[in-house]
Amino acid sequence: MLDNPVKKPLVKVRDLKMHFPIYSGFFQRHTGNVKAVDGVSFDVFEGETLGLVGESGCGKSTCGRAVLRLYDITTGSIEIDGKEIGATPQADLRPIRPTMQMVFQDPQASLNPRMTVQSIIQEPLDEHTKLSQKEKQEKVWELMDAVGLNRRFAGRYPHAFSGGQRQRIGIARALALNPKFIVCDEPIAALDVSIQAQVVNLLEDLQEKYGLTYLFISHDLSMVRHIATRVAVMYLGKIVELAPREALYASPQHPYTEALLSAVPEPDPSLESRADRIILQGDVPSPSKPPKGCNFCTRCPKVMDICKETEPEFKEVKPGHFAACHLLDKS
Amino acid sequence: MLGVVGESGSGKSVTMMSLLGLLPSPPADVHSGTVTFDGKDLLKVDPETLRTIRGRKIGFIFQDPMTSLNPVFNVGYQIMEPLRVHMGMDKKAAEARAQELLELVGIPDAKRRLKDYPHQFSGGMRQRVMIAIALACDPQVLIADEPTTALDVTIQAQILELMKDLRQKLGMAVIWITHDLGVIAGIADRVMVMYGGQIVEHAPVKELFRNPKHPYTKALLKTVPSVRGARVRRLTTIEGQPPILGAQPTSCPFRDRCSEPLTVCASKNPPRYEVGNGHDVACFHADALETAHAG
Repeated sequence: MLDNPVKKPLVKVRDLKMHFPIYSGFFQRHTGNVKAVDGVSFDVFEGETLGLVGESGCGKSTCGRAVLRLYDITTGSIEIDGKEIGATPQADLRPIRPTMQMVFQDPQASLNPRMTVQSIIQEPLDEHTKLSQKEKQEKVWELMDAVGLNRRFAGRYPHAFSGGQRQRIGIARALALNPKFIVCDEPIAALDVSIQAQVVNLLEDLQEKYGLTYLFISHDLSMVRHIATRVAVMYLGKIVELAPREALYASPQHPYTEALLSAVPEPDPSLESRADRIILQGDVPSPSKPPKGCNFCTRCPKVMDICKETEPEFKEVKPGHFAACHLLDKS
Repeated sequence: MLGVVGESGSGKSVTMMSLLGLLPSPPADVHSGTVTFDGKDLLKVDPETLRTIRGRKIGFIFQDPMTSLNPVFNVGYQIMEPLRVHMGMDKKAAEARAQELLELVGIPDAKRRLKDYPHQFSGGMRQRVMIAIALACDPQVLIADEPTTALDVTIQAQILELMKDLRQKLGMAVIWITHDLGVIAGIADRVMVMYGGQIVEHAPVKELFRNPKHPYTKALLKTVPSVRGARVRRLTTIEGQPPILGAQPTSCPFRDRCSEPLTVCASKNPPRYEVGNGHDVACFHADALETAHAG
């Protein structure tokens, strides 16, 4: 799995499952499960960015949140920085929280509108450190400098900032406790293209400066190609393919990855008309009733009989390149 | 097909909605200008005439298929509504036509699905229903306001394919509003780039992507990373924020973020200069080009 043998995994996730129960009927009986994340395994190496892509509803955000134990997971093991946290009760997680932080999707909703920027960024320091008020103030200013916010704005409220600036506040808050691992859950989805590039560049700068490790969740394949070292593609609660960036984009092994890549419109009309497009039929099945066999068998253009019966195994098809597809069994 | 691109807040949707008098007044107030459709000025006609044009001759597809369909009526009723109002069809004829429309936009089992409510459809299917409604009366012009923004890429590809196909079959004019340059490249014939409430550049699609003239268009094309081709080490950004549209512009709206501003940009708002090949651009840099072209 190592593309660079010197690197060691900071985060190890094995067979992670996150099922949400469905209660229905008059007695609110437990009638089924929404299998949002259904058996996901991956490593995130120190200092790298793992991109997690997929369509909406495929479970990528749930996966990111489950890794940080914002949910009580169904089964599976999660190891962050050498500590197993898969089954740890929430109360015991608090001392470990500073190493792992999150940047949320919607900067409008994830910042308390009644707190000033100062108090938003300072809050994690209040919770987890014993610094004096003066030291905290210094630290907040330092963080604001780091993310490119003017110090004079510390007393303002989130509504006074634009979307891109708000996302910077969210990033500063995530950085406050010197974390090692940050889950970025669609940090740029709510921003305009010209602002997206600013935030992505900022994230890259910070990674270099503080040696951060990111799990970068996004549906934007072109942005993930830019920022990620390795990319995992999710479909209906499972990772279907995981590979180093170049390999994934140049030679996708799984038919879903292939279709997903070809569906991205190209901002160049001469390329666009030439592009050989794979148009998938139908919609993503409901995660409460995934199809038998391979999850992708209902839409796969290369579906075979075996796909509707047995689930393909997620295995290494080339060095560092993992995929789950029966087509790859023969070779 | 005309594509309109711009960032959020650049005035794309407002422009299109004001064409059809869809903005509530007050607060909105169309200051001046004319909108000519089929020889009539839409801003001057009485509401009655406008109503017969809206929906009948000009169809509109809205961005979010969830909020623009009425959740308490089944989709059959919503498709039949324009047919009965504008075309005077009776219930039976409208039903037959509605079924035909659903088949046209590629919804399987159309007859049964007419009885379904919007929440029983997925996002892509709902957008197909919206397209069916917009197409109901065979409009001459279809205005699509970010029709694929709320959808996933694989579903977006389906809708784009459908639109290309429909346009060939029905031969209508389409105005496609989006912020995604990739979508525009694939679907439009001509492109209009908007910034700060103004059209900054307008050209045939190939010309625009090959030979962008306005600094904003140039920057915009560079900031978007691609899934194919070489990967840039660092993304180029457009510094600063889009302008706030308070008053009438007295200077070039892009001046503060422009990589090559001139002194004249601060004092005058550039008009649109012709630069040949059906290409025009609102930038003083093009002024010199135009004189060369004319001479």
